[in-house]
Amino acid sequence: MLYALKIAARYLTANKAQTALLVLGVAVGVFIFIFMSALIGGLAEFIVSRTVGDLSHITIEAETADPALLISPQGHVLVVTERGRARTATLAEADTWLPLIAGVAGVKAVSPQITGAGFLTRGAQVSQVSVTGVEPGRESAILDLDGYIVEGRAFLGSGMVVLGRDLADDLALSLGQTLRLQSANGVDAVLTVSGIYQTGSGAMDRARAFVSLPTARTLFAVPQGVTRIEIKLFDLNAADATALRIRALTGLDAVPWTDGAEQLMEALDAQAQTGYVLKTFALITIVIGVASALLLSTYRRRPEIGIMRAMGAGRGFVIFVFVTQGTLVGLLGGVMGAGLGYLALLPFPSRDNFQVGTLPMDITQGSYGLAITLTVIGAILASILPARAAARIDPVTAIGQ
Amino acid sequence: MTLLLDANHLVKTFGTGEAATRVLRGLSLRLETGEMAALLGASGSGKSTLLTILGTLMQPTSGRYSMLGQDLIAADDKDLTAFRNRHIGFVFQFHNLLPDFTALENVVFPRAVRDGRETAAARARGRDLLVRMGLGDRIDFPTAHLSGGQKQRVAVARALMNAPELVLADEPTGNLDSASAMQVMDLIAQINREEGTTFLISTHDEKIAALCRRQLVVRDGVLIG
Repeated sequence: MLYALKIAARYLTANKAQTALLVLGVAVGVFIFIFMSALIGGLAEFIVSRTVGDLSHITIEAETADPALLISPQGHVLVVTERGRARTATLAEADTWLPLIAGVAGVKAVSPQITGAGFLTRGAQVSQVSVTGVEPGRESAILDLDGYIVEGRAFLGSGMVVLGRDLADDLALSLGQTLRLQSANGVDAVLTVSGIYQTGSGAMDRARAFVSLPTARTLFAVPQGVTRIEIKLFDLNAADATALRIRALTGLDAVPWTDGAEQLMEALDAQAQTGYVLKTFALITIVIGVASALLLSTYRRRPEIGIMRAMGAGRGFVIFVFVTQGTLVGLLGGVMGAGLGYLALLPFPSRDNFQVGTLPMDITQGSYGLAITLTVIGAILASILPARAAARIDPVTAIGQ
Repeated sequence: MTLLLDANHLVKTFGTGEAATRVLRGLSLRLETGEMAALLGASGSGKSTLLTILGTLMQPTSGRYSMLGQDLIAADDKDLTAFRNRHIGFVFQFHNLLPDFTALENVVFPRAVRDGRETAAARARGRDLLVRMGLGDRIDFPTAHLSGGQKQRVAVARALMNAPELVLADEPTGNLDSASAMQVMDLIAQINREEGTTFLISTHDEKIAALCRRQLVVRDGVLIG
């Protein structure tokens, strides 16, 4: 139907100003669609990276085995052992699993850790803390400890501790000063403050201390293995799938960050739904705009349509002419809107450099192809009604006008 | 000469009930190939309605109509459209050209619609027709830049594009000055002589009717002569 395409193109170019306005209207709709896609996508990326970025994306924790119950053949309980608070479950064969986990696709870093509770004492002051023992040299594998250091450095040598800003202030500690750390197992250690960090999270800055893995072994009486393995991924959105792979590979209970983050996921989902609604409105605007413009064109060209029918143009030909006009308008407007959207998003920082105080626009989430495709489909659907109206025009009545 | 069309007892009623208006009241007409006939009659006598039915743009309320041996009452819209494109040309009083197209594009239209594209052969025939109409220097002119007489000659060329057996002309000179009217009629007569195309021309003008070899008069919805 090359000839119908020619007629459609001629009708569009015959009234350049009107067509330009129509295409511009469609382009604005597509621009809004792309802008919303980039904003909603970027916002989700920003929120997730700010809330989860410094956390472990997948965590493997040692499971505490319940104490054995010794039961007599008559069913009487003979001995019940109470689970000790100081007992520490361990991943005894961690050294075997670590290289395997590190080799799983998408894994950026693996951090074996020994964690536990303890009390920091300086003089008469005591603070309860959560103690994390990490491998020296891998302090920033999960949490970017280096990036949050405000005094000293993140290096965890033997007998050293890195504290949060608030905790250091509470205990009136500064770099190089010593303190006493008593673990829940009752083991004491005297440690020197080698660094002070500040993440901006009060819970973290006030109650978490980092020590070296050997120091933690002593404190929590874990001669071998670790209590926890934290894993960081290149793409935190791949946590569920990667956790499944690790489970299948090791048999360990690998838990992705999304478990227990239902509220965050619900919030992100609600945000995404809002985006869908806004994008749907943008598409509806496009459809209404194209349909009304083509209906007007149909009405204005009634005599011409009548002549075409008289000259032997079938109803299908007339429909094709008007649907092609809608398609061309949708395609031109879609491409123009996508181009404008891309250009408008260029000045914004990339997803890896989102800054507080600016719109977290993610240029890679503009959904350009989807926007153009949906616009063309919308424009085609919008042109069907005017096209069918045009095809139903009675040539005798139309020619007589 | 052979029989081209045969219309029998054509009745056309517009509206229903008390508002019903019977425009054709059992009109019968036979045309041979190569005829050039004038259709005379007062306004409202049914001339235009008859041309519209003969051109397959409208179906009669009752009666029989066949052309080239094909029953055109039983045919559906798709078949009628194809038949019209291949066998019937139209010239209207107000030329009714497509305003956004050139003279040549207008002339080529009926053939391009059939072929799905503008072929070189169609363009060559279109040029020939325009040259024969004395519009060799207006071939690529937008129709908006042509005079009334020139537009009507383009319309005649368009009607002849598919070499139809029948051309129906509804007051083709009604909107032209005397000189332009005679020019258009001379061209029609020339085509009729040289190509044997049948013309049925509706007109109020006795001088135009006198140029045709047969005169048919419609009165009150029937042929009286």
